[in-house]
Amino acid sequence: MHRPGMISIWFFIGLLLLAYGILILGSGIYEWNHPPTVVLAELHAAVWWGILLTVLGLIYTLKFKPRRGN
Amino acid sequence: MLVQAITEFCWAPALFLEAAPQRLLHLSSVDIAIVAIYFLAVLGIGFYLKSYTKTGEDFFMAGREMTAWVAGLSFLAANLGSLELMGWAGNAYQYGILAAHWYWVGAIPAMLFLAIVMIPFYYISKTHSVPGYLKLRFGEPARALSAISFGFMTVLMSGINMYAMAVVLKVVLGWDIYFSIWVSSVTVALYVTLGGLLSAIFNEVLQFVLIWLGALLISIIGLIEAGGWSGMVARIHTNFPSQDFTHLWSTLGSFQDNPMGINWVGIVFGLGAVISMGYWTTDFLVVQRVISAKDLRSAKLAPLIGAAFKMCVPFIVILPGLLGLAMLDTPGHHFLVAGDVATAALEKGQVLHSYDEVLPIMLARYCGPGLMGLGITALIAGFMSGMAGNVSAFATVWTYDIYRAMIRKDATDQHYVTMGRWCTIGGVLVSIGTAYLALHSHSIMDYVQELFSFFIAPLFGTVLLGMLWKRATGPGGFWGLLAGTGSAIGMWAWVKSTPSAIQYIALSPYAKPMAENMFRALWSAIVCVLVTVGVSLVTRPRPDSELVGLVYGCTEIPSEGHLPLWQRPIFWAGVISAVFVVIQIIFW
Repeated sequence: MHRPGMISIWFFIGLLLLAYGILILGSGIYEWNHPPTVVLAELHAAVWWGILLTVLGLIYTLKFKPRRGN
Repeated sequence: MLVQAITEFCWAPALFLEAAPQRLLHLSSVDIAIVAIYFLAVLGIGFYLKSYTKTGEDFFMAGREMTAWVAGLSFLAANLGSLELMGWAGNAYQYGILAAHWYWVGAIPAMLFLAIVMIPFYYISKTHSVPGYLKLRFGEPARALSAISFGFMTVLMSGINMYAMAVVLKVVLGWDIYFSIWVSSVTVALYVTLGGLLSAIFNEVLQFVLIWLGALLISIIGLIEAGGWSGMVARIHTNFPSQDFTHLWSTLGSFQDNPMGINWVGIVFGLGAVISMGYWTTDFLVVQRVISAKDLRSAKLAPLIGAAFKMCVPFIVILPGLLGLAMLDTPGHHFLVAGDVATAALEKGQVLHSYDEVLPIMLARYCGPGLMGLGITALIAGFMSGMAGNVSAFATVWTYDIYRAMIRKDATDQHYVTMGRWCTIGGVLVSIGTAYLALHSHSIMDYVQELFSFFIAPLFGTVLLGMLWKRATGPGGFWGLLAGTGSAIGMWAWVKSTPSAIQYIALSPYAKPMAENMFRALWSAIVCVLVTVGVSLVTRPRPDSELVGLVYGCTEIPSEGHLPLWQRPIFWAGVISAVFVVIQIIFW
């Protein structure tokens, strides 16, 4: 929806994904030398999923960030 | 569909209330931070949107300004509750790929029908609700019957869902059941009270994204472990050589050939033509999201966007269940058991996991710290989107179709907004009361869920005749709806008191409860249509001039001929239909 001054929902989603991406990526990097006891831990899913969330979060945050005068 | 999901959600409620001897998952500090950030985000959005929610149109209809994407994603998210996720993952483990029918033939045709045939009447009539449409088309008695039954059952269902979710959190995380009920419901109450439907829809879009990102990884890593789709199918066949869990249609020739105990007539006509049509086209919980769109084309595109994503949902719901069959089980032996078996085992001090725990079990199998928090957030987000959907729909129906229609007709718009806010809080409190009731009387869960399903099928018959047959009259609509609902209750009571009666309802002595649900819905819709037609033919019809904007043949539908092909809803409906057919053939 487009109301004057209203921040887009996609900006909120971008911020949340960015925060989650950083947390999960950090956790994945820590786990690199301390692998969790899960199946296929050697895939380091947290690292690449964290990167995906961070990138998606950045794209949405920048694309939908509130602009002055909007 | 949530109702069937919960009805089939057969983990025994009593199982884990007194004590959960061991929790499935343990959260690390990163996981807890992820869950906490989620709660802060949804509350923050609610507070932010309060200043944009001033009029009744803002609070109850989100200003009718939603884009097709936002309306479409929230349309789907309101249905994609956590119990839907966990219940249908459990059903996939129990019945195999047959469970995917509830996402394909049990959803896609109905969504396309809503978009192309029914939305123009909902939208052009400018109704604020489905009972509101019945008032315009059939008069006050039909609206009153529909509004009271919908309002009453919606808050009860919301409470049952809340209770079931709290039990899940108890089982999975060891959280206190009262803590879960109060924290999650107060959060939903706050953000819906502050921002109304606008806030509910915004949060549903966010929750939709989280559900996908939290659950998708289970299927991806699971497929890698199983050696791809063919590796997974081979493992399932090795584990269960005498049963077919991986074909969608080829086992539906007779009731005995498939684990669900149903045939193709029940799936195509009971599920596809009646139950799913009833749910997706007349349940105000989902329809409300679509009619909040900014224009007719967006309102028609919204269910199409929902349908495109709905076709993909089996990848995060059904696939984990199938992966459980392949990776958790050993030849001839199921790792998970039915809910009643798990209950009986627990009474003897033995811990067994039920079918419906397959999703959290697969989450624990593949996801370490961080990803675990994201997965749990997906489950909580699913629960909250479903509950917010119930509460916001209830607030609208109560305020406009019951309070304004029957109690106070001439109040100001501001008064109705205030009533909507109080009604949201009241709805949540009644839901909490229902959750407590379920805590002490578990059988109430089954009855409430069954009752809710009684209204859906006949309502579809009434609305469909109202939109497509101008000869249908007010008395016809009212008595048809009443007779259809009454017949559904009668059939249910008959089978409840005489279990062998299922062979007459479902037309086979081999039919199982799922088949009974489908055939009962089919018969009740037929009764509704026959009574509506019969009564209409002996009562006086309304003149065509009073049916403008309400009925096919009396309403001018705006042409989309001037738009490029790719911007027309009918084009995308065709694309989705083609993909749907290809999927059916692939998994035949």
